[in-house]
Amino acid sequence: MFGYYLDLALRSLKRNKVLTALMVLAIAVGIGASMTTLTVLHLLSGDPLPGRSQHLFYAQVDGNPNPGDFKEPLDMLDYQSAMDLWSTHKADRQAILNTSDIKLRSPESKLPPLLLQMMSTHTDFFAMFDVPFQYGGPWTAQDDASRSRVVVISSDLNQKLFGGTNSVGKTLRLRDTDARIIGVLAPWRPSPVFYTVAGGRFSAGQTSGFYGKTQDVFVPFLSGLDINDGNFSQFTCWSSAPNPGHLINSPCVWLILWVQLNDSSKVAEYKRMLDGYAAAQHQLGRVARPQNTRLRDLMSWLDFNGVVPSDVRLQTWLAFAFLAICLFNTIGLLLAKFLRRAGEIGVRRALGATRGAIFAQCLVEAGVVGLVGGILGLFFTLGGLAVVRSQPVEFADLAHLDSSMFIITFALALLTSLLAGLLPAIRASRVAPGLQLKTL
Amino acid sequence: MHIKPILSALRKHRLATLLIALEIALACAVLCNACFLIVHRIEMMQIDSGVEEASLGTIQIDGYEDNQATDLNARILTGLRSIPGVQSVTQLNSIPFGRRRGTMGVMRDVDGKTRAGVVEMYLGGPGSFDALGLRLVAGRKPTVDEYQTFNDLLPHAAPVVTTRAFAEHVWPGEDPLGKFLYSGDWRYQVVGIVDHFTVPQPGGMTGVGSEWSVFVPGGSGRFLAGSYLIKAAPGDLERVMRQAKDSIATIAPDVVLDQDYSKSLGDLRHYYFRQDRTMAGILIGVIFALLLVTALGIVGLASFWVQQRRKQIGIRRAIGATRGDILHYFQTENFLIVTGGIALGMFMAYGLNLTLMHLYELPRLPLFYLPLGAAVLWGLGQLAVLGPAMRAAAVPPVVATRSV
Repeated sequence: MFGYYLDLALRSLKRNKVLTALMVLAIAVGIGASMTTLTVLHLLSGDPLPGRSQHLFYAQVDGNPNPGDFKEPLDMLDYQSAMDLWSTHKADRQAILNTSDIKLRSPESKLPPLLLQMMSTHTDFFAMFDVPFQYGGPWTAQDDASRSRVVVISSDLNQKLFGGTNSVGKTLRLRDTDARIIGVLAPWRPSPVFYTVAGGRFSAGQTSGFYGKTQDVFVPFLSGLDINDGNFSQFTCWSSAPNPGHLINSPCVWLILWVQLNDSSKVAEYKRMLDGYAAAQHQLGRVARPQNTRLRDLMSWLDFNGVVPSDVRLQTWLAFAFLAICLFNTIGLLLAKFLRRAGEIGVRRALGATRGAIFAQCLVEAGVVGLVGGILGLFFTLGGLAVVRSQPVEFADLAHLDSSMFIITFALALLTSLLAGLLPAIRASRVAPGLQLKTL
Repeated sequence: MHIKPILSALRKHRLATLLIALEIALACAVLCNACFLIVHRIEMMQIDSGVEEASLGTIQIDGYEDNQATDLNARILTGLRSIPGVQSVTQLNSIPFGRRRGTMGVMRDVDGKTRAGVVEMYLGGPGSFDALGLRLVAGRKPTVDEYQTFNDLLPHAAPVVTTRAFAEHVWPGEDPLGKFLYSGDWRYQVVGIVDHFTVPQPGGMTGVGSEWSVFVPGGSGRFLAGSYLIKAAPGDLERVMRQAKDSIATIAPDVVLDQDYSKSLGDLRHYYFRQDRTMAGILIGVIFALLLVTALGIVGLASFWVQQRRKQIGIRRAIGATRGDILHYFQTENFLIVTGGIALGMFMAYGLNLTLMHLYELPRLPLFYLPLGAAVLWGLGQLAVLGPAMRAAAVPPVVATRSV
């Protein structure tokens, strides 16, 4: 029966080519626009570490000693709080993070000095965030403790300095310090660069900067503090720093602490520890709001920072409003089309076709329109993503259709056209055969 | 024209009429808000920086030590000033549409109880105020001997110049001249007001005004380094900037030139607003696609109705209706449907605006967008229906005498 309906649908669609083309085009454009924006939204709002993100937590205590009406703790930690919390070793894995700009020279390359972002962190960083290595590996906890002058570099930097060859064992000059390369990362493109996200709530929705590249240079936390002292920048200070750029024991927050807690009892225990620490520091007069501790998991932290740029969300809204307009358009056209064939439907009904049969026949026709529209819409989506890739935004290179979005595109196209066909098909199946036959 | 027969005819096609009206309502809502968003973006992009952008450029360098700053400053200022065509080279830490280096919270009172706001402290060396070309509207600019040497991030006390917008925010209805701004134990007395002076990244921070800028004079200091303002004749600026960038390698071979931000101010502005420009482009594209789809929908539906009613049209023509009558019938019918859609669309536009205001901190939709959107849709409707209506008018009366 389906084959017969398909045949009827194709005949009917062929009868009025312009109108069919209009309906297909409307659906295709609607699908193309909404799938392009939805794909971008999906890429930007997805879980950067699926399967692990629920075990990763962003620890916060409110280091500000001044009373005030702040409802949220400052977005980062001061040096003392970060070091105290790290020293408890209460988490399964933990790392303090800091990024700073550093001047880098390579004795073996003729390139002029580069200014790059350096990540100073603990060895757990690599295991905790599942960082892939191409050559060598991370430093050890021993390196962390002994402030070893070792460095892990990004795949990009390795390409730039050493043409992508194995550079483990070579030396880089970081500011005025020689450091030995012990690891080279494989290409790594987390979206967003989740581990450094902070302060999103102050960015007026302009958060595309969170989707940039990862740092190029990774060094043990304390080594980094030694090497680049004087060049650190604070997230904010509650009073003016006596020695700008030198932030250890300054009234500033500038460090991030990520912890991995593998089960819920550990999470509760860690939160109790945070509260206890803040309360003790309150006793000492260093913390004004001891109740202001937070332990958000990765996705909640990204959510809190509103990482998806507001323009991207706005585009998604727009695209779906547009799809709705295309949908209304198609419903109207299909309705007119089906009802114009009331005579033909009347004859079929009089010859014994059930309402269900008429309904199914109309729906098949709508489905064909949707399917063709969906295929065309897929090309529009690919075109739309190519346009996104040509935009000067940080996440441009991420805009590719993945398999799940590919399937969703077709589902959306089919759903849209069936939705569009539903109402007209119901109306068509209600055509009274007698009346139509009389007018013939 | 009799409206009643049209209405009763439409009643026979209630669903299709309703659908087209809904489509138009939705189009109206999106159209009004999208136009408003575009205008909002364009206004943002055209912000008056208050400085002579066309003749200004900046060189940004990094990768030097604090103790080298004084020596480096001297070398770079001398080196850049020797480039032919350069009118002045001065030090200015933050740059409009460039990097932020002096964003900080300031207080209205010495105890630090009342916040004045988060401002951009533009720390400028001697000559930078004049080079910027800021337009004073009250008070005076810092005098030559007020550019004092300092050791910290900023001078601890200085006479400052701020914008009218920020003065009105902090001291509404009062004379700002002579008032103080505080940060910790640092104090700055306002001695002058300029009409406009944008922060480096206008609209880039929640709750910070685009013109909350403060000009702080400073003499030499290790933190007044690495950021230079170059002035040249507008036509000559591009060459001067190219030469300046090239000369850094010989003036100071060890430093790193920040390629992304060493540009003319015009280029920096262009780069800063790239996403707003993209967004405005997308919105314009959406509006066009939207109007196109809506028009095609109207054409499609009207064509069907004309075909469906060929016989009735023939009968009407046979009993005396003119071509004009038929034409007007379809035009009026379209006008009624579109009007219904617009009526609903106005409410939807308003509702959508409320949602956007809530989600994106947008201002309220000015009411004049509504009649404007309505006029566009009425025009579009008439244009779309014209073809099918003319075809209807061309139906010969003889059709009435034939059976289908």
